[in-house]
Amino acid sequence: MDVNFKMDKPVERSLLDTTNQNIISRPLDRIEGPLKVSGRAKYSAEFKLPNMAHGVLVGAAIGKGRVKEIDVKSVEALPGVLMVVTDTEKFLRNPAQGMDTEAPKQGVTSIDYFGQPIALVVAETFEAARNAANALSVTYEDAEGRFDFDARIDTAKPKKDSEKNQGDVDDAMRSAHANVDAKWTTPSQSSAAMEPHASLAHWEGQKLVLYGSYQMLSSNRLQLADAMGLDPEDVRILAHYVGGGFGAKLGIGPESVAAAVAAKDLGRPVRVVMTRQQVFEATVRRSNTVQHLQLAADAEGRLTGVSHETITGNLEGEDFSEPASAATQFLYSGANRRFGNEIVLMDQVLAGSMRAPGEAVGMLALEGAMDELAELLDVDPVELRKRNIPERHPTSDLPFSSRSLAECLEIGARDFGWSKRKSAPASTLEGEWWIGHGMATAARSNMLIKSSARVTLQPDGRALVETDMTDIGTGTYTILAQIAAELLGLPIDAVDIHLGDTNFPPASGSGGSFGAASAGTSVYLACEKLRQTIAEKLGGEVEDLVLSDGMARMGNTSEPLSELIAEPLEATATVEPGETGKAFVQAGFGAHFAEVAVHAHTGEVRVRRMEGTFAAGRILNEKTAISQCFGGMVFGIGTALTEDMMHDHRYGHIVNRDLAEYHLPVNADVPQLKVKFLEERDHAANPLLAKGIGELGISGAGAAIANAIYNACGVRVRDYPITLDKLIDHLPDPKGL
Amino acid sequence: MHLTLTVNGTEHALDLDPRTSLLDMLRDHLDLTGSKKGCDHGQCGACTVLLNGRRINSCLSLAVMHEGDEITTIEGLGEEGKLSPLQAAFVAHDGYQCGYCTPGQICSATAMLGEVEAGWPSHVSDNLEDQPQLTDAEISERMSGNLCRCSAYPNIVDAISEVGGGRK
Repeated sequence: MDVNFKMDKPVERSLLDTTNQNIISRPLDRIEGPLKVSGRAKYSAEFKLPNMAHGVLVGAAIGKGRVKEIDVKSVEALPGVLMVVTDTEKFLRNPAQGMDTEAPKQGVTSIDYFGQPIALVVAETFEAARNAANALSVTYEDAEGRFDFDARIDTAKPKKDSEKNQGDVDDAMRSAHANVDAKWTTPSQSSAAMEPHASLAHWEGQKLVLYGSYQMLSSNRLQLADAMGLDPEDVRILAHYVGGGFGAKLGIGPESVAAAVAAKDLGRPVRVVMTRQQVFEATVRRSNTVQHLQLAADAEGRLTGVSHETITGNLEGEDFSEPASAATQFLYSGANRRFGNEIVLMDQVLAGSMRAPGEAVGMLALEGAMDELAELLDVDPVELRKRNIPERHPTSDLPFSSRSLAECLEIGARDFGWSKRKSAPASTLEGEWWIGHGMATAARSNMLIKSSARVTLQPDGRALVETDMTDIGTGTYTILAQIAAELLGLPIDAVDIHLGDTNFPPASGSGGSFGAASAGTSVYLACEKLRQTIAEKLGGEVEDLVLSDGMARMGNTSEPLSELIAEPLEATATVEPGETGKAFVQAGFGAHFAEVAVHAHTGEVRVRRMEGTFAAGRILNEKTAISQCFGGMVFGIGTALTEDMMHDHRYGHIVNRDLAEYHLPVNADVPQLKVKFLEERDHAANPLLAKGIGELGISGAGAAIANAIYNACGVRVRDYPITLDKLIDHLPDPKGL
Repeated sequence: MHLTLTVNGTEHALDLDPRTSLLDMLRDHLDLTGSKKGCDHGQCGACTVLLNGRRINSCLSLAVMHEGDEITTIEGLGEEGKLSPLQAAFVAHDGYQCGYCTPGQICSATAMLGEVEAGWPSHVSDNLEDQPQLTDAEISERMSGNLCRCSAYPNIVDAISEVGGGRK
């Protein structure tokens, strides 16, 4: 029984609003929780296959040039070494971008960035492989590298089809009552998921089986098949648990192909785990950006012009450019508008998607500029934003599917106590600390991606959900169980969720905040089909069917599901995006409020309070959704204050390529955050009436902190992260207070 | 090299390459993959285990240094159906997301509560003499050697505070 559903028109009534199992939306514990807290959840590198060998990647020790020779003999005789793989044609130059259906650029004779994997040393043990990888002698031919972004910025070329013009922004700027015209810069960042990229490959005849730490298995399978010259049917990828991704595991990485090639050559399973340094050097980064933001407003504080132009870097042959104006294009009104992206060719590790590509850094500039504009106009920052919420999309004139932005701003401000804020900067000194408050809007586009799942009702009354969807910490296991339990009227522990195996129906994968809605809808549709079949068995209409606590009720008949079903009852469903994706602007919205303390003498910044108020349609599990928002907000803290992946301008290496020097927020950097969701349903998004939540929390978060820093001490820093060296020379004299 | 040590109450006799870290010994030789490798450089805390009751980064220690030692890993603290109080609290408070740093967080927190009880001061303690109180600030400070990129920190603090009786 297959169901195909295209989201062509809004769904008026969701089954989830009619059932009474009382499981959907509830803050239930993660169903896989006990496995995770007891160390029994198995991640890719933790499967042990018989006769498994260990591979360690060798990265290029130059930033640009060519490999002249890899002296295999230099390590062959070392104890335990099995082989050195130097497949210069098949090895990946860089990871695939998310959702690519083909392999990324292959071939590693020429070196395009420092650390590019060029060989794999395979040995009987990890210790032997690591030692040999360090000892491997490689000679290079050096070439001039393009390592200095600032020096090359004039060579930026427009990204194809990124330019958008409406009206005349320059004229709007000239005739504005007040305007902001400034540049913001953000550094390269690393997703830095806690689990390093890992692949364990083995061959079953001509078929490749790979345990891989990846986010999107159905497209990863196509990428890997293409890279290895295989039929996708002959590639199976498994990822039951993934230790975080944040974009860095959207596409296959160099370690996957290296492991597959080695396993084939050796005739043994081969495991390759990247070192933390290799994760920084040879996976994917968020590009640094230079963003030129222009806002023009009239005397009433209504925007008349909005311009957001972005310059990013990337490798030759790659056209991804952080779409920093993504939210700027629909968030605020203004008749005159200009957007565009330009790319500077760099010999640096691949730039691609990291959590909320676009909004995550774009809203630092936009929401910073709005804060500056509010001050120029002497309008409260919350009020300025409310005043500029457009009725419809300012360019396409399309309606919004659902948008509780004004409510988020109002309720967020009330809960935070915004009215007590002193609008003049450097007004509050507590001991040696300047105290300030800032806010920013949150907005992140919502998407639906094709996704399939199979749901089977077993004769014992249990349900089984199977899909190649992943759970990268996002709560997939639990929310899919909640959807199935709610719709089939089962207790949640009567639902088994099997994820992360390409033998199951292909899912959207985890990325772009679309996973829960897309994979969740496929489970919804399959359950809807099963409900129909059950109704037929009971000889009635599905509208009259009530499924609750394992019982099926129709009128006066009531029967346990386990007695009603003699054979396993199966339904496979696929959802696809349709017309509602084109007819409506879909996004999650929210408001961030932050209180910071800036040390009056050192410029050290501490986040003291941070609150997010969000609306993203139906919340599928309040507990896991809050955690997703916490995660985004803390990424915002890192972005605002500490994260800065530094590229050496002379040799092209990444200077701080580990977790000691690339500063993620630690526990002590994060106060007890607060998150509130507003009740909302989005009928144009999907039958769950839910929108994505994984990236909403980061969008705007860093700007709220930057604006709070300005309010605290009167120093406006437009160059992220806002480290103390950027503040210390400009701090006001505390003696005045 | 030959080595005898006790892991989770079971004595093991192993013959190991002297280059094997304690972490790799657990993961690759004893199939105790609950202890995680996040950086292999003592920077992330995912590999935290208890060595004779004290928390250490097992990636920074060679296995052969532990002749006769008693190691407790996350697997030794509890399992489904009989979770330790901290393990159960991490589930109840959603003190994780992807779960990769979680075993390290829980091992670390297990020892940390003992350190507070024993009166060890921290950077945020008021002074070096008094019994430190299990405030949120103390928990955050003492748990900052365990990184969590999913950023479950607020929930981790809640979980530990509940078990340690922090917010009485």
